[in-house]
Amino acid sequence: MNAILTVANKEFHDGLRNRWVLSICIIFSVLAIGLAYFGAAAAGKVGFTSLSSTIVSLASLAVFIIPLIALMLAYDGVVGEDENGTLLLLMTYPLSRWQLLLGKMVGQGAVMAFSTLIGFGSSAVMMGIFSGTTSWGELIGPYAVFIFSAVLLGWIFIAISYVISASVSEKSKAAGIALITWFIFVLVFDLGMLGMLVGTQGNVDETLFPYLLLLNPTDIFRLVNITYFADQNLTGLMAIAQQTQFSTLSLLGGLLVWLTLPVTLALAIFNRRGL
Amino acid sequence: MNDAMNIVELQQVEKQYQGVSALKQLSLELRQGEVLGLFGHNGAGKTTTIKLILGLIGATAGQVRVFGEDPTQSEARNLRRKLGFLQENVSFYDQLTGLEVLQYFARLKGVPKKSCLSLLDQVGLSEAGKRRVKTYSKGMRQRLGLAQALLGEPKLLLLDEPTVGLDPIATQDFYRRIEILKQQGCTVILCSHVLPGVEKYIDRALILGQGNLLAEGSINDLRHQADLPATFHLQGNGLALPDHLAAKASQDDMGTRLDVALGDKMSAIQQLIGLPGLENMDIHLPSLEDLYTHFIESHRGKGVGQNMRQEAAQ
Repeated sequence: MNAILTVANKEFHDGLRNRWVLSICIIFSVLAIGLAYFGAAAAGKVGFTSLSSTIVSLASLAVFIIPLIALMLAYDGVVGEDENGTLLLLMTYPLSRWQLLLGKMVGQGAVMAFSTLIGFGSSAVMMGIFSGTTSWGELIGPYAVFIFSAVLLGWIFIAISYVISASVSEKSKAAGIALITWFIFVLVFDLGMLGMLVGTQGNVDETLFPYLLLLNPTDIFRLVNITYFADQNLTGLMAIAQQTQFSTLSLLGGLLVWLTLPVTLALAIFNRRGL
Repeated sequence: MNDAMNIVELQQVEKQYQGVSALKQLSLELRQGEVLGLFGHNGAGKTTTIKLILGLIGATAGQVRVFGEDPTQSEARNLRRKLGFLQENVSFYDQLTGLEVLQYFARLKGVPKKSCLSLLDQVGLSEAGKRRVKTYSKGMRQRLGLAQALLGEPKLLLLDEPTVGLDPIATQDFYRRIEILKQQGCTVILCSHVLPGVEKYIDRALILGQGNLLAEGSINDLRHQADLPATFHLQGNGLALPDHLAAKASQDDMGTRLDVALGDKMSAIQQLIGLPGLENMDIHLPSLEDLYTHFIESHRGKGVGQNMRQEAAQ
């Protein structure tokens, strides 16, 4: 346990030192405050407007950017140490492979969680202070669900990065695969689903279709935040999924299942990695 | 711990990587306080041997024992506290300072943090300890690596090319440190292809070539095995060498050169020292470098000889 914390602590300090924490905080807060304030600009208004539309648009932007940041943060977690020579060195220390890997994931997970909380939390605080229509009590629930699910999404993609990083032998290859992974989960999957709908002229089993969305953690993340505001007018895939009511809790559970899969896989692959 | 126990014991160890044999039938015993030099060209099996002893890889055949246990077993993980390792070309974490890097490794090894400052001082990095590793020269990184290997007063130290990038003074310092560690009962394996200066500090040398053990023993043992001559260089006017020595003499740009078998060295000195007109005499004993070259070449020569015989037969 001690070894895991030592590694995690070092990773977190790395994150502070190389400005990852700062950059993620800034990106998230600019995004969140900007959307909250200018979100209604299309309707000819500026200023803090509806909480639900803010969170839903925030979720649909975060779904692109969180996986990208997580993959960039962690893609060289194993292969980078290997190229530095420190992986070999660490393996001669009283430290097992799973402790090292888990320690690194916990550390970078903390970087992600901390920055998400500060970045998105700041927009909640701004809204609480400056919005005339939304009270603190109304804010806390939705923002808590949003931030919690965003952190889970980040963790899932950090774990996926480690699956990639433990499988390859070159940093550049890991970067390439990470990019493709992002592309598949964030763009291709949804396009494929839409294509399937259009191709079959909507003739897909209505009960089955929403469950297909559970195969992609980014879609689960969006569902979590949308089901919380069932009054929103939705378009695209999410509108279809809305017909089947998953509870927020079961969707968060789905994200947790999605987290354990790549973590287990990364550990298994790293255990068999040659030195 | 039993004093008579071998710190490292390899019995008939073989290692193959995907069918390619990296190490063949290597046996080795190391006692407490011994300093072993492990020499060989690139790909000779030095790093494979070190990895086997560290338990990073398992042997294909044979038995590896370190402190009496199999180092690849997870129960042996606590033995690693007694172990220090420095590999070739380690670059550490650029974003952290030297002190932070050392403290990270100290925490992983369960060594008190306060020992880090004195270790940095010992390797001459006390000033640079506050700077980021990014700014370090190759020699400074090497010294930081050394400090890392010395964490927690190891009982077994494995150093792969430890003096690469060190200036001559730092190299001397390094060897002196090895001497002190040896006196404290630390067993050291030095792995290198840079040879000058190392022979004074090692008890035994092991020369590897293409995974084979070419020679093993103290420098004196190796000199006898190799049977290389001592070389005399004589300078002076009108030197009249005794007949049996004159037959072995030749002229080169350093004067008269004389190759004498090691066993005849003393008698040759006695005869030469009273020689009229002798102004200067240098005696060169076969160095580790000469021995290394001899063993590598004679091993290669065997191969070449066989090929030539085969060609001749055809």
